[in-house]
Amino acid sequence: MGTAIAFYFAAAIAVIASVRVITNTNPVHALLYLVVSLLAVAMIFFALGAPFAAALEMIVYAGAIMVLFVFVVMILNLGAVIDEQERKWLTPRAWIGPSFLSLALLGELLYTIKPNLETFIEITKVGPKEVGIALFGPYVLAVELASMLLLAAMVSAWHLGRDADKDDKENKHA
Amino acid sequence: MSIFTPEVIAIIWAVAKALIVLFGVVICAAFLSFVERRLLALWQDRYGPNRAGPFGLLQLPADMIKMFFKEDWTPPFVDKLTFWLAPAIAMSGLLLSFAIVPVIPGWVAADLDIGLLFFFAMAGLAVYAVMFGGWSSNNKYALLGGVRATAQTVSYEVFMGLSLMGVVVITGSFNMTDIVNAQKGCWFVFPQFLGFLTFATAGIAVTHRSPFDAPEAEQDLAAGYHTEYSGLKWGMFFVGEYIGVVLISSLITVLFFGGWLPPFEWSVFDYVPAFFWFATKTAFFIMMFILIRAALPRPRYDQIMDFGWRICLPVTLVNLVATAAVVLLLNPSAA
Repeated sequence: MGTAIAFYFAAAIAVIASVRVITNTNPVHALLYLVVSLLAVAMIFFALGAPFAAALEMIVYAGAIMVLFVFVVMILNLGAVIDEQERKWLTPRAWIGPSFLSLALLGELLYTIKPNLETFIEITKVGPKEVGIALFGPYVLAVELASMLLLAAMVSAWHLGRDADKDDKENKHA
Repeated sequence: MSIFTPEVIAIIWAVAKALIVLFGVVICAAFLSFVERRLLALWQDRYGPNRAGPFGLLQLPADMIKMFFKEDWTPPFVDKLTFWLAPAIAMSGLLLSFAIVPVIPGWVAADLDIGLLFFFAMAGLAVYAVMFGGWSSNNKYALLGGVRATAQTVSYEVFMGLSLMGVVVITGSFNMTDIVNAQKGCWFVFPQFLGFLTFATAGIAVTHRSPFDAPEAEQDLAAGYHTEYSGLKWGMFFVGEYIGVVLISSLITVLFFGGWLPPFEWSVFDYVPAFFWFATKTAFFIMMFILIRAALPRPRYDQIMDFGWRICLPVTLVNLVATAAVVLLLNPSAA
């Protein structure tokens, strides 16, 4: 029962925050709501007995990826001008049609997965050790593929960040 | 039927313990502003603030009165939501991490299984304080300070996490109480000396204390991300920094120096309260924080980033792999 209350409370916050991410006209405020939404999702993981996933959600998404998002917005200095532009673009004519259609889809989805209020989610606590064994057991291929992707990202970051002046000087000597 | 069933009393007692730890930390952090100025002065052959009260002990109340009655000015050009949110994050982010610090056996606000990860999560969220503070101020010095702080904190948090994984590998748990209990007989500073060095470095950088205080370097950036702040909001940034100092010092104590455990298993030490060891060790590392500020000049910003990525990150990776290998060699059943 307590788990159900915690779940619905966190889920409600996640939904409200996500709606505000879309409707907010200020990019930094929208990102702030996205952080809140991710924290609410972490809380959902926590309530469902996955504290390790909750901690990773907070560290990786809320604490690292969103920081980079805000970082980029800060450097682009999207200020009052963007706010004004967004306000102009976010007219009811633009959003009513798509929202109505997706609401219809949501209704269909809810009807298909019709919640059965008699059954509760069975909670099994998944700790760091279980996650590690799963990652390096059945899912080791996915881990290897992800590491290849990260290697490519690292090589390109190194390429972009290298000291071009220094390279030129070395070439002249050669 | 009384409402004070054993369960209710247990809950009230747990809340009371958490509140005592909370107020203890905030008071220590506020008092540090006086201790730091006094110690810096003594090391530099000056007196420091010694006028208010005996030995200048009333300097803190005097500062507080000044700060509370100063006009708390919000400039008209700032982004109000984030401008007001930033000091609150600065103070609460690291303060929340204290929930996992075991002061003495049984005195920990939240004995989480993922204890250490909770600290990383809170430290990750604390970055938003400087980011929002720098961005919302709408001031180029503040923005540069915010950008510097963000890049520095994100870079140093990467290997701050890795530097502690050696401790976790040896203990086999993220739980802080387990980590302290695993240090009976041998503090982790000996097998994990590299981990200790890199964690201490990262701790200074993440709390952006000198010599890693490029985000608020007064020579090139006025006051960095808190240039536009005044009064109580500035005070929250200020106290937040000292809370970071207390937090990192107590984490070094708990993770590497045996927390509440005495240095030797002598029977005389049975009569010394556990809190004495925790407090003494933490106070020592707070002193080291201040001594480092007094002793070292501030490196250039690119040197800070180079040091983090080219030296500390490889060192922590090697440390983690070597620790894991040794643990597996000594105890193959741990796999």
